[in-house]
Amino acid sequence: MRRAAPLVAAALLAMALVGALALGPLRLPVGDVLGALGQLAGLSLQADPQALAVVGSLRLPRALLAALAGAVFGLAGAMTQGLFRNPLADPGVLGIAGGASLGAVSAIFFGVASLSVWALPATGFVGGLAAALLVSRIARSDGRTPVATLLLAGIAVNALAMSLTGILVYASDDRQLRDISLWLMGSVGGATPLRIWILVPFAALLLAGLPFFARGLDALMLGEREAVHLGIGIETLKAGVIGCVALAVGAVVSCVGPIGFVGLVVPHIARMILGPGHRLLLPVSALASAALLVAADTFARLAVAPAELPVGLVTAAIGAPFFAAMVARSKRRLAL
Amino acid sequence: MRGFLVGLFCLSAATICLAGETSQRIVVAGSGLTEIVHALGAGDRLVGVDTTSLFPARAGELPQIGYLRALSAEGILSLRPNLLLATEDAGPPAVLQQLSSAGLEVLRAREGFEPEAVAARIEMVGRALGKESEAAALQATLLADIARVQAALPVAGPKPRVLFLLAAGSAVPMVSGRDTAASAMIVAAGGVNAVDAYRGYKPLTPEAIALAAPDFVLTTEQSLVALGGREALLRLPAFAVLARSGGLRVLSYDAVYLLGFGPRTAHALRDLAAAIHPARQLPALPHRPWLEARF
Repeated sequence: MRRAAPLVAAALLAMALVGALALGPLRLPVGDVLGALGQLAGLSLQADPQALAVVGSLRLPRALLAALAGAVFGLAGAMTQGLFRNPLADPGVLGIAGGASLGAVSAIFFGVASLSVWALPATGFVGGLAAALLVSRIARSDGRTPVATLLLAGIAVNALAMSLTGILVYASDDRQLRDISLWLMGSVGGATPLRIWILVPFAALLLAGLPFFARGLDALMLGEREAVHLGIGIETLKAGVIGCVALAVGAVVSCVGPIGFVGLVVPHIARMILGPGHRLLLPVSALASAALLVAADTFARLAVAPAELPVGLVTAAIGAPFFAAMVARSKRRLAL
Repeated sequence: MRGFLVGLFCLSAATICLAGETSQRIVVAGSGLTEIVHALGAGDRLVGVDTTSLFPARAGELPQIGYLRALSAEGILSLRPNLLLATEDAGPPAVLQQLSSAGLEVLRAREGFEPEAVAARIEMVGRALGKESEAAALQATLLADIARVQAALPVAGPKPRVLFLLAAGSAVPMVSGRDTAASAMIVAAGGVNAVDAYRGYKPLTPEAIALAAPDFVLTTEQSLVALGGREALLRLPAFAVLARSGGLRVLSYDAVYLLGFGPRTAHALRDLAAAIHPARQLPALPHRPWLEARF
């Protein structure tokens, strides 16, 4: 079971991707979808032009963005939970989502967002990063960053970001309010190839650090002092996890909005099945979160077609009952 | 024989023209634009509308493309349209970009609550539909109707103070400030917006309402339903005092009728003006076909 987990998660992701490419409000024959994919892959096929446009410029970018965002949320969630040794931790604890929301909401409020499609993601990214920097700056003393202080600093910065966001929401007009609430529900609808290319290096950063982080987080489970005895550079590990998570989640949230649930709960489910070892947990969380977000987005596109649901609502609606069932089944093992 | 051939040629040319026109498949995002398309006699070319397009009744029966700020690219394309008419408000921008790059013609209508802005939207839709002369006629009728209402408004004397209230669900009702569709209607009908200290909508506060001292509370029928009726509105703490002194009247209209700024604007304006100037006998406007829900 444990050995097969990465394969199962990868298979789930593959199935979700196939579904995302084949299904949509616009009914395309499977042959046309394959033809379009073939032509996109550089094979000299003559694809149906409409299928090519829909698959190439709508479904494929969207599915890839959802997969990328899901993987980053899942990986970042699993890493943060490991770092804080706290099952309630997610990247939100570091103030990233709060800061990114403040940035995005101010872009909408001050009208910058309508100047360019890049304005909102840019301010969101800057906001998320600034909040994470502030959190670690507040928590650091004598070159050390105790995890408990980090948690409290995160609460303080989040509260500040939320109150500032609240002030802007209060002062917003009707139209801005609608925009803000829609952004907060999250959507991968604005996927373009360029956006994906911009996100790839951020996701790669997180993936590249994975082997190092997995070893460090495993050692950290024994306690900070024990980890030091095992030869883990504990402050380097913390700075690395916080830095990479802040950059990657900040970039993703600014593109798709704060899609909740995925980063918090998928790593949990993975931990219930696999146990706490990060070497398996991290990649499985990434793959399973990507699969969940891709599947949720496909559902969001189909459920009320030709309109669509905000994907953040779907992830919670699909995941929460599943999670509740898992908790009910393994109450005893959960006694933390 | 020759006559017959010419006749046949003309007939087939006419059929081709007709076929060319009816092959237009339009999706609209914006209730005012939907009403204009119908008023220009092209309602049968619509294949999808946004959630705000509820009038005329058969627009509400079309496939819904969702809220106009949260459109879905593939959802719209699945209706196989060749034209999207959208207000400036419609979005998100990335989706509109995707639609344009997928080859869909996207026309954006300028916002604005002045009669000229409504006229400009009619002209734009008329051009898109190839119905320029119908559009010119509709423009002229609408502008003349609005002018007729405004000419009948009292010139001197204190203007009635009108407060616009919007309620949805169980949340605190919102009051309109400056720069809103409601404020524009109140001013055009010869009233004063009782609350002009801020732009847009803010939650209702009892003291601010007492300070605003409105003669009329204007609201939408949808808001009255949300509040639980006219009596429930008058029982709100903010209005209870004013209502007891007998100095407050509640006016309500359908939201899209009052704030849609489409072809029915002149009649909405007349109804509002007549209600807030009860002493003045405002003449009724002639009935127009686009007022019919079954149009």
